[in-house]
Amino acid sequence: MTHLDILHVGKYATFIGAAYGISVMVFAGMVWTTLAKARRWRKRAQALDAALTGR
Amino acid sequence: MIPAPAFLSNPERFMAFSRWAAPMFGLIAAILGLAGLYLGFSAPDDYQQGATVRIMFIHVPAAWLSMFVYGCLAVASLLSLIFRHALADAAAQAAAPLGAGFTFLALVTGSLWGRPMWGTWWVWDARLTSVLVLFLFYLAYIALRAALDDEAKAARACAILALVGAVNLPVVHYSVVWWNSLHQGASVFRADGPAMPPVFLIPLLLMSLAYMAAFGALWLVSIRGEVWRRRAEAAALRAARS
Repeated sequence: MTHLDILHVGKYATFIGAAYGISVMVFAGMVWTTLAKARRWRKRAQALDAALTGR
Repeated sequence: MIPAPAFLSNPERFMAFSRWAAPMFGLIAAILGLAGLYLGFSAPDDYQQGATVRIMFIHVPAAWLSMFVYGCLAVASLLSLIFRHALADAAAQAAAPLGAGFTFLALVTGSLWGRPMWGTWWVWDARLTSVLVLFLFYLAYIALRAALDDEAKAARACAILALVGAVNLPVVHYSVVWWNSLHQGASVFRADGPAMPPVFLIPLLLMSLAYMAAFGALWLVSIRGEVWRRRAEAAALRAARS
């Protein structure tokens, strides 16, 4: 079996492609929102801490 | 020796642990996911389902995770309710959107698998309906959290809601046993062993472990974000008072 053969999924390609495509998008969304939220609050907390200790 | 939950209940220790554990889980998820995808697409077509059997490698792990994450949410909520522990509440709060994501994936990929195999996108049978109810519990938890400004009240109300929703977990699991369902019964965790050949079982287990590791990584990062948010709000309060 070649690498191209494994992508041959016949008449159900639409359903399989949609299922994998949506899964990739949802995973990407979860990773992006989780990392962005954590980064945003870390920066905010560090900035406030720095401002408080600098007084 | 300190038990793991007690060890991680200290926010400083948790932050130190999650700093290296989250990327490690992410790396494990990527390696297992790539291996699972390769083996999944290398597997032959199923004699009944044809190529659509490949949807199983993403549908079943998402369905398992939808229940597992709710279990984590319920345990964290119980600990939050009993001990009023902020980190347990943060863990519960961080689990909800991730659980909703996995449940959404289970519903959508199941529908995309059901259409060519069952001839319909959706039926109101026990398994599908109970998973939809699980999804609604996640959404209700997120909505209730967003609706309450008081952190302590929100933690208590959401913990109670999460524990009420936990009643649905055995209903989801046993729905295919208790009622006639279009959905197939258990084919992996059975008393007489898995009812599928290794050529399908191995990629399925690899993908399930990949999903589990991905959840571990995202959950830890999300809890870290929640800890930072609470620190930022506490610092903002101190700044306003001084």
